[in-house]
Amino acid sequence: MTRKFALMTCFIFGLVMFVQYFSNHPTAKLLNQSILEYWQIIFAFTLIVGIAGFIMNSVRELREGESKIYKLASLGGLILMPLLAMIWGIKADTPFTWIFENVQVPLQATVFSLLAFFVASASFRGFRARSIPAGILLASAIIILISRSSIPGFQFDFLTDFANWLRSNPAMAARRGILIGIGLGSVTTSLRVILGIERTWLGGK
Amino acid sequence: MIDWGTIVAGILTLAVLTFLYRDNPLYKMAESILIGISIGYTLVIVWQTTLVDLLFDPLFGDSRLSLLIPLILGLLMFSRFLSKYSFLSKIPIAVMIGSGAGVAIPVMIEARTMKQISATVAPLVSSSGMPDISALVVLVGVISTLIYFYFSREHKGFIGRIANLGTYFLMIFFGATFGYTVMSRMSTLIGRMEFILTDFLHLTQ
Repeated sequence: MTRKFALMTCFIFGLVMFVQYFSNHPTAKLLNQSILEYWQIIFAFTLIVGIAGFIMNSVRELREGESKIYKLASLGGLILMPLLAMIWGIKADTPFTWIFENVQVPLQATVFSLLAFFVASASFRGFRARSIPAGILLASAIIILISRSSIPGFQFDFLTDFANWLRSNPAMAARRGILIGIGLGSVTTSLRVILGIERTWLGGK
Repeated sequence: MIDWGTIVAGILTLAVLTFLYRDNPLYKMAESILIGISIGYTLVIVWQTTLVDLLFDPLFGDSRLSLLIPLILGLLMFSRFLSKYSFLSKIPIAVMIGSGAGVAIPVMIEARTMKQISATVAPLVSSSGMPDISALVVLVGVISTLIYFYFSREHKGFIGRIANLGTYFLMIFFGATFGYTVMSRMSTLIGRMEFILTDFLHLTQ
């Protein structure tokens, strides 16, 4: 019964949102705006459900004694931010923004920059011109890397122009092919979801 | 005056960089702090910008009773924690999935498919009467990439050769994307190194 009701709800909301796109009537616009607003609100609740799940999981692992200190650090950070926001607010020059600027931003940037090393080591292992496609991949990456780097003695105007042409034409063509495929695939999947053919989101069999 | 922000950010940056040696407790601690702080930050921002600004203020301040719908739907998400009533969480999920699919169909057709096709279909001869090589490359690239992703017919003979050509275009795209990814990671790494050497350790000016 709930499955049928959920499928009907999905169909109605899908149809309404699809049909309203073709209307400029103020009611249709208002409906679109309202449903998108509802969407954001429900999404916020799903995020909170996810965070609650993370807390419950961490507390369970804490009780079981698994990597206690790291779980405490995660939970501490999670509790600290809302606590600071409640006491001092989230405007500039508050402890909340201080933590964001001096803890979260540098940590995120450094973790992101770590990937430079792993990408470099992966390319050493993976970039072997064993076949024509692998050779083209290697050549394309090297041309872009050299044209965008400022290594003394490796700056050639023709290489920069060629790299720009490569990016704007053959690379763009493949990107367009992929984007058209994504577009058509998304439309098909959306139709399957609205019509109730695709039901994996309901869970179960 | 001691700049505690720089000291904290510097220590945490170094803690993350220790991962280059191998996985260690310092890195794990920095990672756990990042997870906790990031979740806490997201929770605060979502609470303020979505739940307070879009739901609680208009609902309880301006008495917009229509907002009771997303409030109830959002609260139904918490039924996931009660195994007896967890089926109720499928209703808000149905609203999100259905409306998302309904919006996606026209948007995907317009933005992902039609715009990409119209940008590809360009004059192949320039105003001077000479063939436009770039436009020709793009057209051939898009068609061959799409044929590569067309799996309803076996890639043999003419179709196979075109699909093979599509592979070359895809390799150029992947190589270029890889090059840009490496460059973006490198610039982030340079930024972190500059911070460590200049702001934190004062070794360079």
